[in-house]
Formats: sequence, C-alpha cells, structure tokens
Amino acid sequence: MVGAGWKSFIRGGAVSAATVVVMTVTLVIIGALIFLSALLTFTLDSIRDKVDVSVYFVTTAAESDIFALKEKIEQFPQVEAVTYTSRDEALINFRARHASDQTILQGLEQLEENPLSAYLEVKARDPAQYESIAATLATTPALSSSGASIIDRINYEQNRDAIEQLTKAIGATRDVGLAVVIVFALASILIAFATIRLAIYTAKDEIGVMRLVGASNAYIRGPFIVAGVITGVLATLIVLILLFPAAWYGGAKTASWLGGFNLLTYYLQNFFFIFIILLASGIFLGGAASVLAIRRYLKV
Amino acid sequence: MIYFDKVSKHYGDTRALDEVTLSIAPKEFVSIVGHSGAGKTTLLRLLLAEEKPTTGSVFFESIDVNDLPSTSLHHYRRKIGTVFQDFKLIPNKTAYENIAFAMEAAGRTDAEIASDVPYILELVNLSEKAGNFPRQLSGGEQQRIAIGRAIINQPEVIVADEPTGNLDPINAFEIVEILKKINELGTTVVITTHNKGVVDAVGRRVVTMDRGKIVRDDASGRYVL
Repeated sequence: MVGAGWKSFIRGGAVSAATVVVMTVTLVIIGALIFLSALLTFTLDSIRDKVDVSVYFVTTAAESDIFALKEKIEQFPQVEAVTYTSRDEALINFRARHASDQTILQGLEQLEENPLSAYLEVKARDPAQYESIAATLATTPALSSSGASIIDRINYEQNRDAIEQLTKAIGATRDVGLAVVIVFALASILIAFATIRLAIYTAKDEIGVMRLVGASNAYIRGPFIVAGVITGVLATLIVLILLFPAAWYGGAKTASWLGGFNLLTYYLQNFFFIFIILLASGIFLGGAASVLAIRRYLKV
Repeated sequence: MIYFDKVSKHYGDTRALDEVTLSIAPKEFVSIVGHSGAGKTTLLRLLLAEEKPTTGSVFFESIDVNDLPSTSLHHYRRKIGTVFQDFKLIPNKTAYENIAFAMEAAGRTDAEIASDVPYILELVNLSEKAGNFPRQLSGGEQQRIAIGRAIINQPEVIVADEPTGNLDPINAFEIVEILKKINELGTTVVITTHNKGVVDAVGRRVVTMDRGKIVRDDASGRYVL
C-alpha cells in the first residue's frame, strides 16, 4: 500500500508537485505563526520587565527606615519582588551610564555630596497591578524617627500613561497579529485541501472503475492517503530547510531592534518542537484532506 | 440467477425503466438490444448497484442487490465482471497492471497474481503488450484488456455494456468470439448492443427493449426492431 501510494504520487507528476508547493506555503505560514507568537510574547515579557514602580527617598533617609518599608512592601500580595539600590550604588550606576559624557561627570565632581537618592524598584506580578501598588504606596506612611516622610517621590505617577499605553499597544499587537496569521493559516489550509481535492478529482474515474471491479473502499483509499501523507512529509522537510536561511537572515536583521530576540537562536533551540508541530500538521493536513476528498467519489 | 422484479427507474419525469420484469438463468448468453435511450444501460447499472431503482427490486441469486451497504458492495461486485463501451482502463497503469489490480483489489496474493495475469494476457492474445499503457493500445486491444480484467477473478456473470460500440467490425467480431468462449466455459454473459451483426453472430437469447419496457424476448433470436 505504501508502495502503491508512492507510485501514484510519482506518476501524479505536476499535480503532486503543485500539492507539495501549496502544502509548503501552508506550513510556512504555520511556522510563521509559531515565530510570531514567540517573538511577541518575548517582547511583551521584556517590556513588562522594564516596567516598575520606583520609590525615591529623600537623601537624608536612614537605611533602616528604608528597609522597614521594603519589608512592608514585600508583604503586598500583588508584589513579585522589591530591589533596593543604595545612594552609593545609584552613583556608580549613574557614572557607568554616562561614562562617555565628560561634562556630566565633571559636573558631578563639582558637587560635594552625592546628589542621588536611594530607591526601591517594585515589580508587580501583573502589569495591570501597578496602579493599585502605586495607590497603596501613596497611602502607606513611611516616616523617619523625626516624623518627616522619607519618601521623596513615587515615579509611577509620571510614567503611568506611557506604561499603560505600551502594555495595551503590545497586547493589541499580539492579539491582532496572531488573529491575522491565524486567518492566513486557515485560508492556506483551505487552499491545501482544495488542491488535494483537485489532485484526487483527476483520479475520479479511476476510483469509479476500482469500485466497479470490486475494490473495497479501504483498498482504494489507502494509496491516496499514503500519497497525501507523503505530500505532508515532503512539505515539512522543505519548510524546515527553508526556515534556516530565513531565520538566519531575519535574525541578523532584526535582533537589534527586537530587544535581543534572535530568530535563528530561537529556531535552533526549539527545532524539535517546531519539527514535531510542522510534521504533525503536514501529515494531518495531507491525510485528512485525502480522506475527505475521496469520500465523495466512493459513493459509486 | 438474476431476477428483475417490476423494476422502474425514473430520472425526473423521464421513465428510463417502466416495470421491467426479467430473469436470467445461469450459463445463459443474453443480448439486450434496443435504440439509444431504450433503458439497456440503466438495466445494467441497476444490476451493478451503481444506482437504486425507484420501485421494484433486483435480485442476484438470493441477494437483494439494493439492500447492500456501500461497505460490502465490493464483495458482491467481485461476482460480476464488467466491460464498458469506453473500456474504462486506468490510464496510468500498464496493461499488466490494469489486470493485476483487479486481483489485488480482490485480495489475492502476489504469487497468484504473478501466475494468473500472464495466462489471461495470453487468453486475450496480448502477451507481448503487457508493458504498454492504454494510450499505446488500439481500441480493440484496450477492450481485450478490459475483458481480461473482467474475467480474472472468475466471476459468475460477465456484464458488457455496448462492448463493441467503439470498435470496427473486425475487432467487434473478435470481442464477440472471446465472450462466446467465456460463456462456453460456464460463465453467464449479459451484453447490451445495438449492433445487428453482433447479435446475429451470437445467435442466442435476445431481449428487445423500447422506451423502458421489454417488448420482445426470443430464446434464439435475431436482431429485430
């Protein structure tokens, strides 16, 4: 039966080749769906990672008071982590960030005292929770022993609109992008089905003859299903090979502005996963399309 | 062995068959004659269960043919060898493969196929063209391959719909001779034709149809219309 399927695939010639090409396009789109969803998830995660609420303290705040507040914030249910940066560390970071800017560094030298304040960076479990964290922080009393507030400012207020819009924009991009690709995938699946149906349509008379000389449905169906599966497997292999140069080229071009996401690295790391998804899709599409297409011709 | 019981078949308003009752005994050679549209082909299509009658029943031995589900139809069809006017060979299979696949389809072993097919090819006198594809064969040769395919599984009945319709008189005569030989070996043969020469050459039972009815049934008839 496998032999008969292979034979009918080879003798199908141009029709078989066309089917493989259409199936390849379908699988490329499914592959693109995998890449796009990985890419957007990565981007969203990395931007969410950059979002935080920072609590800046007055320069006179005592470290013990800050640590007391830090412990209190860590108790909030919405909070994932709180990082403390001391005034000295803030200065080192500042110098490192402006290492190439002599004017700023010289200006810093002029000051007698470290002008930077210590701060806490608060990470939420979910970006939607920053607002409630900021609100809770604003009402949390943080007083020094002398009775004055040690909090200089909470910077969420300033960034709030930007953060909210960025979160919304990326979320929307992901939803719309995935929806568009899914529509494309569905369309190309339909085209693959139609092509296989066309390939089987050319064998319509042959199927009728087989029925009339007493061939069972299983005997007739077998080679067509095998040919469909062969189509799927060949298309999968072509796509896997094509994705290498595509991911290499695309990865080199885009890694810089995708926040360090490299397509080629992702492809290589997840090769087995992608291979299985594509192979399963290819075999399923080829086989199922053949079964559905041939059903109507078996009614003779 | 074959019995049509008050069979009618309507296509829309057209009555292709109108209450036809006909029985055919084993080892008979029956020629069904009539003009185009008289219902000859419809009769055969009902026998092969390609279509269902509008009313009435078709029996093969004790089986009601139209009660057979699609999944077991192929067992029934293996008892009948079929020959068509347009041969219906599979274009991308060679002469040998066209005969072999009918055996394969019936679940015969490779060893049986390897021993039977050359024998059949010899019987229809086409051994030397075994490797040719249908398009490389003449009409007469294609029809002989089709007969080879029809008899390879030793059916109880051969049904031939206008087997000589596309052939010249010499090839037609050859086909008739082969069918007569098959009948002499004990197989029931039912053919439809509107070729007077063919009917007269057979010289056996002739059933004449007109507008969906049987109008004449002669035991050793000639072609009369």
